[in-house]
Amino acid sequence: MLLAVVVNRMAVALLTLAGVAVVVFVLLRVVPGDPIAMMISPGASAADIAALKAHYGLDAPLLTQFWIWTKGVVAGDFGTSITLHVYVTEVLASRLPATLELAISALVVAIALGGGVAVAGTLLRRTAGETVIDGLNSILLAVPDFIWALALVLLFAVAIPVLPLTGRIDPALAEGFATKFYLAESILTGRLAVAGNILSHMTMPTLALALPLAAVIVRLLKQSLKEAMVQDYVLLARIKGFRELRLVLQEALRNAVGPTLALTGVQFTFLIGGTVIVERIFAYPGIGNLAIDAVINRDFPLIQGLVLLFGLIFILINIGVDLTVATLNPRLRHA
Amino acid sequence: MSGSRLAVEALSAISLRDGNRPILRRVSLAVDTGEVHGLVGESGAGKSTIARAILGIIPSQVKITGGRIGFEGRDLLTLSPKELRAVLGRDIALVPQDPSTALNPARRIDALMTDGLRLKRGLSMKDARLRAHALLDEVQIRDPERVLGSYPHQLSGGMRQRVLIAAAFGLEPKLVIADEPTTALDVTVQKQILRLIRALQERHGTSVLFVSHDLGAVAKICDRLTVLYMGKVMEQGATAEVLAAPRHPYTRALLAANPRYDRPDTGLEPTPPEVIAALRAEIAAFDVSSEAPPDG
Amino acid sequence: MEHWSATLATSTTDTGPQPPSVAARLAGDPKVVCGGGFILFLIIIAIAAPLVAPQDPLAQNLLMATVPPAGFAEAEPGYLLGTDGLGRDVLSRVILGARVSLTVAFVAAGLACLIGSLLGLLAGFLGDRADAVISRLVDIWMAFPPVLLSILLVAVLGAGLHSVIIAIVVIDWTRFCRVVRIETMAQSQMDYVAAARTIGFSRPAILFREILPNVVPVLIALLTLEMGIAVVVEAILSFVGLSVSSDTPTWGGMIAEGRQIVHEGWWVLAAPLVALFATVVAFNQLGDGLARSLDPVLRR
Repeated sequence: MLLAVVVNRMAVALLTLAGVAVVVFVLLRVVPGDPIAMMISPGASAADIAALKAHYGLDAPLLTQFWIWTKGVVAGDFGTSITLHVYVTEVLASRLPATLELAISALVVAIALGGGVAVAGTLLRRTAGETVIDGLNSILLAVPDFIWALALVLLFAVAIPVLPLTGRIDPALAEGFATKFYLAESILTGRLAVAGNILSHMTMPTLALALPLAAVIVRLLKQSLKEAMVQDYVLLARIKGFRELRLVLQEALRNAVGPTLALTGVQFTFLIGGTVIVERIFAYPGIGNLAIDAVINRDFPLIQGLVLLFGLIFILINIGVDLTVATLNPRLRHA
Repeated sequence: MSGSRLAVEALSAISLRDGNRPILRRVSLAVDTGEVHGLVGESGAGKSTIARAILGIIPSQVKITGGRIGFEGRDLLTLSPKELRAVLGRDIALVPQDPSTALNPARRIDALMTDGLRLKRGLSMKDARLRAHALLDEVQIRDPERVLGSYPHQLSGGMRQRVLIAAAFGLEPKLVIADEPTTALDVTVQKQILRLIRALQERHGTSVLFVSHDLGAVAKICDRLTVLYMGKVMEQGATAEVLAAPRHPYTRALLAANPRYDRPDTGLEPTPPEVIAALRAEIAAFDVSSEAPPDG
Repeated sequence: MEHWSATLATSTTDTGPQPPSVAARLAGDPKVVCGGGFILFLIIIAIAAPLVAPQDPLAQNLLMATVPPAGFAEAEPGYLLGTDGLGRDVLSRVILGARVSLTVAFVAAGLACLIGSLLGLLAGFLGDRADAVISRLVDIWMAFPPVLLSILLVAVLGAGLHSVIIAIVVIDWTRFCRVVRIETMAQSQMDYVAAARTIGFSRPAILFREILPNVVPVLIALLTLEMGIAVVVEAILSFVGLSVSSDTPTWGGMIAEGRQIVHEGWWVLAAPLVALFATVVAFNQLGDGLARSLDPVLRR
């Protein structure tokens, strides 16, 4: 039952991904401006340009180029980056861990922060505390990651200069890693000083990405929690003499969390999209920052690889959310 | 051992939303140790306000203006939330009206049944589960293990009510409040549930306040009863006596409005208009404010 | 319920207790008043920018570079919010920057609304084939990270205001399409549509005369929210250096410059950031308020 849904979703997702690939491929090539123009020196001869084009396969007809590229993708070869002169898959593999660590940290922070405030707001319902939370949140809901990132720069890099402004780790410490998952690896190997350094670099970008999502979670989860708190089963638990916090966490939360979870999934894809600009602001070496460079340099193979990667991440998140929602709802699980 | 387990004394309440309309007018009733006490009246008579006042869950639009609720030598109305939480669950439990909404759909029956035992009786998880199993046995659930591993939506209405009864009595409370526990159930299931409550009550020596609008049900399981109309006690006494010779016209009207199992052709007669008019006049003459404490 | 436009007209012939008119309800909503008030203020400032700006926003004066705002040590009179790294007056540049932001907000959001709504109406009303095609298109669109797609589009189209506007329209028409499609489907099920059908109205007539007016309240709220989004997207593209040329002041461009010299002159970053923040919040509050005030006419 559940499997059928997943398989169906996968099929649709692959179709969508194929559509994305075609759109990007065509878009990049039908409009003026190509990577060669960006890399040659002003005095290059027409013959040099033609040679370069031939070298990167950009002189073939559109359909042939697409065919070659598709064959490569199916075989796991996304081509070679024109500006970086390495395999696209290699570039992506070296940059993706940084973005994953950032995005997942931001998701965790957003859920903890948003969930905490939503629970607090539920405990404070019908008091001045709730009015304050609602009022503040309605403003925060409007603030995107871009504004947060720069506000944090003003706060933690200028007003209270405690956090490093750019990068992922102090270059001196970036030695001796077996993987590119610096944060996870340093924690797992017990190099806590290194982990602390990484965390201090990640704090601002993480918060910038997490805060907009936290605001969304607060609004929706608090609404659902308040609805759940007036249900009979909560009343009965109250009559068992349970404390208010237990009522919220044990009785209401699990029934209230469904819609929030579904929305958090959608919002997580927005968060991943937000890494593009946030990584740029903090010069964080992830795929988002890479994407801006790739676009500005018209690095066709790299752009195509990145877009497919982003599309794939989005699709995986959506499927993951569907599965989680289904698992948490006993009625769906036994249906 | 005997004496009052629960003593509601001169309880008065008003509805803040409805122009301070009185909803309880100096209601007194006592539930003795080991007794099932029926609280009867039509909807809006104030039955559930009394039950809610005992449980400390009065809705915000209702205000208690006077009286006390004596339980174990203390006034429940004056307890702090913390003190009340200590009493609830351990000494007082509720069998709710609608079993379809009173069980948390996201939690399995074992979690629902053991959390009270662990938190209020200090049992370990393992002991609590054994106890839950025994309790389900006691309420004549055939396959306790299967039920413990089920979610509420997998059980029938009657089964759910049995689970709720088992959970209520399982904490060995001194007082169980049964709030219309059969109204949401099929007629055939109703009788079984009534018998079950009576059996558990006798076995555990629990006092029960049985709230109902159904005189037939009350007649079956209550030792004594209190008849309530528009927030005022109309009649009080041993069930058999009250039903055999109702002194008050409202009780007679209520009896006439209830289907009689012994005389299936009669019953469901509306309350005679002259009775209603007389009652209204009597209650209108009854001035609550003059009887409320000076600064209630 | 009926048509909300009927309620808008003050001279309705209805008898009975009249609910407060839409105008009255809007005027009584603090979100609409505050949000709308600020936007109005901003529009006036933007139009009158050359008159309001205290200095020439383009005039460089390297001797007056990174002068702090009034009230700080070394502040210079006449430069209320200080100067940037090239000695240009920050306040004047923020005021002039409002022009680009608002232009993008109204033009891009308006066009996105027009295109998205039309497709949404078609999908929702025609159903079947048209719906399947348009819905799939929306799905494909949503699989792109919006920021990446906008940068991609502008890079492809070349930097400039037109490209920014096109990019926003191309990306965000889906927001309108999805909402309008669902609303149209819901409205199509209503009795008044069936009634119009039995009278023999043509399909376009039903679509534009019966269904569209009932979708409009939702659309207005969504349009306002989209304007806030457009302002941010423009700022992001300016920040990356892909919006209008650098001699036209934009908030995003100022933010990018400010980000570079944040340790020497934090105000160069702070001033446009506050302007951007206030504008985005104002559009959002206005949108929220509009949704709240217009919606009951439709449903309750």
